[in-house]
Formats: sequence, structure tokens, C-alpha cells
Amino acid sequence: MEVYLDNSATTRCFDDVAALMTQAMCRDYGNPSSLHLKGVQAETYIRYAKETIAKALKVNEKEIYFTSGGTESDNIALIGSALANHRAGRRLITTEIEHPGIMQAMKHLEEQGFHVTYLPVDQNGVISLEDLRRALTKDTILVSIMHTNNEIGALQPIEEAGALIKKVNPNALFHVDAVQGFGKFRIYPKKMNIDMLSASGHKIHGPKGVGFLYIQENIKIKPIIFGGGQQSGIRSGTENVPGIAGLGKAVEMIYTDLEAEVNKLYGLKQLFTDGVTKLDNVTVNGLTGRDSAPHVVSVSVRGIRSEVLLHALEDRGIYVSAGSACSARKPQPSATLKAIGLEKELLESTLRFSFSVFTTAEEIDYTLQAMYDIIPMLRKYTRH
Amino acid sequence: MFTAFLIKYAEIGVKGKNRYIFEDALVQQIKYAVKRCDGEFKVYRTEGRIYVEALSEFDFDEVVDNLKTVFGISGICPVVYVEDEGFEKLGEDVLKYIGEVYPEKDKTFKVCARRARKNYPLTSMEINSEMGGIILDNCPKMRVDVHKPDIMLHIEIREKIYIYSNIIPGPGGMPVGTGGKAMLLLSGGIDSPVAGYMIAKRGVKIDAVYFHAPPYTSERAKQKVVDLARLVSRYTGPIYLHVINFTDIQLYIYEKCPHDELTIIMRRYMMRIAEKIAQDTGCLGLITGESIGQVASQTMQSLAATNEVCTMPVYRPLIGFDKMEIVELSEKINTYETSILPYEDCCTIFVAKHPVTKPNLNIIKKHEENLEEKIAELVETALKNDELIIVR
Repeated sequence: MEVYLDNSATTRCFDDVAALMTQAMCRDYGNPSSLHLKGVQAETYIRYAKETIAKALKVNEKEIYFTSGGTESDNIALIGSALANHRAGRRLITTEIEHPGIMQAMKHLEEQGFHVTYLPVDQNGVISLEDLRRALTKDTILVSIMHTNNEIGALQPIEEAGALIKKVNPNALFHVDAVQGFGKFRIYPKKMNIDMLSASGHKIHGPKGVGFLYIQENIKIKPIIFGGGQQSGIRSGTENVPGIAGLGKAVEMIYTDLEAEVNKLYGLKQLFTDGVTKLDNVTVNGLTGRDSAPHVVSVSVRGIRSEVLLHALEDRGIYVSAGSACSARKPQPSATLKAIGLEKELLESTLRFSFSVFTTAEEIDYTLQAMYDIIPMLRKYTRH
Repeated sequence: MFTAFLIKYAEIGVKGKNRYIFEDALVQQIKYAVKRCDGEFKVYRTEGRIYVEALSEFDFDEVVDNLKTVFGISGICPVVYVEDEGFEKLGEDVLKYIGEVYPEKDKTFKVCARRARKNYPLTSMEINSEMGGIILDNCPKMRVDVHKPDIMLHIEIREKIYIYSNIIPGPGGMPVGTGGKAMLLLSGGIDSPVAGYMIAKRGVKIDAVYFHAPPYTSERAKQKVVDLARLVSRYTGPIYLHVINFTDIQLYIYEKCPHDELTIIMRRYMMRIAEKIAQDTGCLGLITGESIGQVASQTMQSLAATNEVCTMPVYRPLIGFDKMEIVELSEKINTYETSILPYEDCCTIFVAKHPVTKPNLNIIKKHEENLEEKIAELVETALKNDELIIVR
């Protein structure tokens, strides 16, 4: 049995998405900037994807820009808006548990002379609005907060934060990294005072290498990539038509019956957390149930190194992640797990299980059974 | 402009009756190396020289890079060859050569002629002085220096005439395949690929064995070892890599023996298994990357304890090297970047906080008796499930 529980790293592409992309590559392969019919046909895919995404967010189509994925969206949002607004101030705010796409862009801006405040999180990985209020000053130009954490599934009070930011400093921009949250929640930037929002295709059963950035119409932003002036000059370069078409299709499919799918995910998550905590010295990090993301569970297994358990599960066809996939290649403990104050011994004994619409209860049972078998066995052999 | 390479070899030249074996092997290895390059080449041996002649367009840097991986080559000389159309024409050709290779024309030089074809109208000494005159007349900034010239301009008169002045250093050593075959214990660290390189340099063909311990070591760790073997195979030719699943043996030792002796006992079993495969595949020795005192399992006492299980010679070319020296070599052969990728190998997973550094052989042997019940069977199973990967 193959059980793929690493859906926060990436998801399986929907078949209909792949089919539409093949069509965009092999039949309607024109350059959307071309004047002839082939170009117009290609442009139709982009227009359709834009409409679909704009509808899901309840924003204007003109406010959607396509990128190569979450990291690029984050970079354009942060660096582009900081460069455009540096005269108004040089203070930025973010959290301690952001994705590297935010963290490293912030580090880059610090080197350019910007000042960044990193908001701490509590043991559940949630920021405090009071901290945010204190950090906001009149020369704060940008706040960036992750919607859903990729490692422990913590949710941030985005709507409250948006309202607070606009109350304290209406000129400060609010960016939300919604790579893990988009496709799991209905997120309405206008209602939540979000000025910019990043999302990615391959986390919602779309293709890799494509994502989008919502930028509210009146926001000034400087491009960080220069070229032929496509997408109003914000993101030059021939549009990734097949990718964009696939992204649009995935958004359409995932939002068609969102509530039912999300309810199912919460059910699976409950099944899994109930089962896994029956094991001795196994704990679930962060909040559970409706206070957390429907698809991510972070589990610490005392006494077993995560990599070993990961490979032992792999042996049974179960694919999970140690920390987040983006950092699994580097041997440093996760910043998110540190930020929630996880004890040192558990930092390297934590696995992430993440579900998708393809996950079944049967798969969860199989995984739990595998863990009941493997964990006591692995605990017999430990390093001294 | 260059259309051929003259290959210099140092050590082989002094061999006696066996010399042709070494030369033939070198030609074979050179053929193997240029096969990787774009273009068509003829590799041949004539009059005590080896030439690589391009029969088509080729990428100069690519060919030089690949020739630099052939053990036995001490120098690579890019050569221009011209037809013999009289001495006057040769003068023009030499001036053209200087103009293209040294456009500044401001070096000190010495002409070094050699006649393989003795019916050429001028003697070597005459060519040296006549050609020197022509160069001085035409290149006012060039000067003669017979002791330490910038340019040693070689002119070799054969069927055709060969002009060269630049010698690119080769890796030295002896052609792979002239020295039998040995089994390298390849771990994925920095040292073992370098050890394999050093022994291959003496003409030895290399096979390798890697001990894999799933789920404690990952597929990526195994892939890393395959990648390392591939990098080493640039120098050694194809490597037969044996992947041995060591998990059950390791866990059994863990259950039955004191934990501070785990690494030593484990290594003794690795050596036993490696030797068995080596014997079965016609290897004449084992190769390890050990260096005295580097870690607990590489003290004199530990080496004696692991060495004791082998009857085959164990070659440890890095034995007297410091870590920094090994790192330098691994950078030179381009394995360093891969070696430092952070995937755990099977030696470190259960390592005790304070492993014994001065194991007593009698005690180790005593503790190995605890394994008697199942170990022979486990070793046999591991050998039976040997996964062979041919890396090239």
C-alpha cells in the first residue's frame, strides 16, 4: 500500500489539471503576447485562470499576478513593496515562524538597511495581537504574516491582525503568505484588509513552478525582475501558460466543494491524532481540531530520530516529512519548532503528517498500525 | 588551432620488457577518456610516443580536462602538426604558431628540435640555431634564454612536423588496469573516495562496497555513495559497487555486545564481508580511507583490531595524512562537495558517546562470541542480497 502523507510538501496533480496543461502545451501553445490567433488562444487560458482565482478571493482580476510559485510571490511582495515605499519608513514586521521565502527576503532587506521585527509565537505557534500592536509604529511600512504554518498547521488571527494594522497605521501594507492556507480556507483579502497575498499551485493539486500574488490595486510596487513588461511590468517574462492554466483549474476544482472536503480533512486529522496519541511518549504539537489547519499534524516521538522513523515508515510505503520538506535537506532543527519552545530532545524527533483530498480513512488506519508496530521496535535501539 | 595532443608519460618509460603492457593500457585508458568528449579522435602509439589526434572539430578544454583524469599521463602537450614543405615554410609555420599562442611575442625562448626522420636536410643543432635566428629576426621582443626559457619550443621532425611548447601537467601514476584490482570500502565520507583515487593512481582497478542500513540510513545516503563512486570512476573507469544491507547485523551486535565496542565490532564485520566479496570477485586487497587517530575506530589499537580479521592486505593510502590534506585532495578530485552532504552513514547511527579508543583484542573476541548463534547466518544473508550497481 502506498500512502502519501506529505501533502504540505507537495500534492498529486489532479488528472483534469494535467489534461488541461497538455492541451495548453501541445495544442494551444502560442505566446499570449502574440497578435495572431495562436496568441489569443493562449491568452484565453490566462484570462480564465485569473477570473477563477479572482472569484475565489472576491477581488478584481487585474489584481492577480502569476509567478513561479510561493517563494517568488513572497519576494516580489516584500522586496517590491519595501523598495517602493522606503521613503515612508524602513520598518517591517513579520513572525518567527515564516517560510524561508519570507525569512530570507527579510534578511535581504535587513542588509539593505530596513529594520525587521520578528513577532514571537506561543507554544501553539500563534502570535499575540498585543505584540503586533506594540511593534507597529508610524514608520512601519509592511507587515507580513503567514496564514497557515507549514510545519505545525498553526493558524494566525489574520482578520484581526488586518483590522489592527489598518487602525494603528493605515499606511502600513499587510502581506499574507497563504501558500498552505489557500485551498483550505475561504480567504477574502478585501474583507480582511490584506493588501498582498501569496499562493502556490502545487500545494492545491496544481502544477509545480507556478503561483500567484494578489496585489491590491492601489499598492505601489517595484518590480524585481525586468524584461518585456508582461503583467503590467510587475513580473516580466512570457507567462507560463500551461502552469497558469493548471493553477486556474486546480483552484476551480478545490473551491467547488471546499467545505465538504475540509470537513473530511478535519475528520481524518481527528482520527489520526486520536490514534497516534495512544502511543506512549508521543505528542502532537500545536492546537488540534478546528483551531488548526485541517491537513497538517506535527508529531513528536520521544527517543526516535525523525529520519529513522521516516525511513521505517517509507519501508511500509508511507511517505511523511521530517520538519518541512524545504528544510529537510539541511540538518538544522526547524525554526518553527524552536519558536514554539519545543524541548531540545524533541526537535530532532518530530515528523509532519499532511493530508489531502486523496487521503482516506483506510490509509490513516494503515499508517497508525504501522506506527504501533514500528515505534516500540525502534525504541529498543537508541544511541547512548 | 591545435589538432593533436602529444602525451608524455614518465614512470612507464623506465619499465623494461613489460613496457608495452603499460603503454597499451595507457592507450586504452586514453581512448576511454576521449570517448566522453565531443568529436572523433584517433589514439595511437608510434616511436615511443602516444598521440591523440582529432579527426573532427573538438572542444579543447573538454579534451584536456578528460585527459587530466588518465593515470599514467605526466604531461599533455597541445600540438600543431604541419606537412614537411621545406625549411622556409616551416619557419613561417613556427612564426604563425608563436603569433597565435603568444600574441604579445615578448617571451624568452629556446628551440629544441628532434629528428626522428634522420634524412631531414638539417641536423637538430642546425634547426635550433636557424629557427632561433628566424624568430629573433621577426619578433623583436623575443629573446633567447637557453637556461630558463619561458617557452621551450619543441620541433619534432617525423613523417609530419610537430610543433609544441606547452606542457599541461597530467595526474601522473600508472594506467588503471596494470596493477590488478582491489575492493574499496566506500562510506560516503570525505576520506574513502580519496583513498580509492590514490590506489587507482598506481594502476589498480577499483571495485567498491557500501554498507547500507535502512531505515537508519536513507536512500539519499545511498544515492550519495553512488554519486561519489561516479566521480571517482572518472579516474578509475567503471566501478562495480556492491551495496550490502547491514541493518540486521548492526542491530544484532547492538543487542549482544557492549555499546562502547559497537563500532569496532561492526567494522570487523564490515572488513570480513568486504574481504569475502573481494575474494569472490578476484580482488587482491582491500582499501580503506583510515588515517591514524582521526576517530576512535582509527587509533593504532583499533586499526589492529579491525585488521586482525583480514588475511588480505589492507591498503590505507591516507594513513599518515591530516584531515586538511585529505580535504585538499578531495577538492582536487571534485568529491568534497558531495562528501559533505549531510546524510548519515551507518557508522555513526548507534555510535556510543564514548566508544573505546584502545580496544583490547582479547576482550573484543570474547564479546564477539556472544554473536555466535546467529551471526554466520546474518552475514550469509547480507552477502546473498548483495545489490550490484555498475557505476560509470
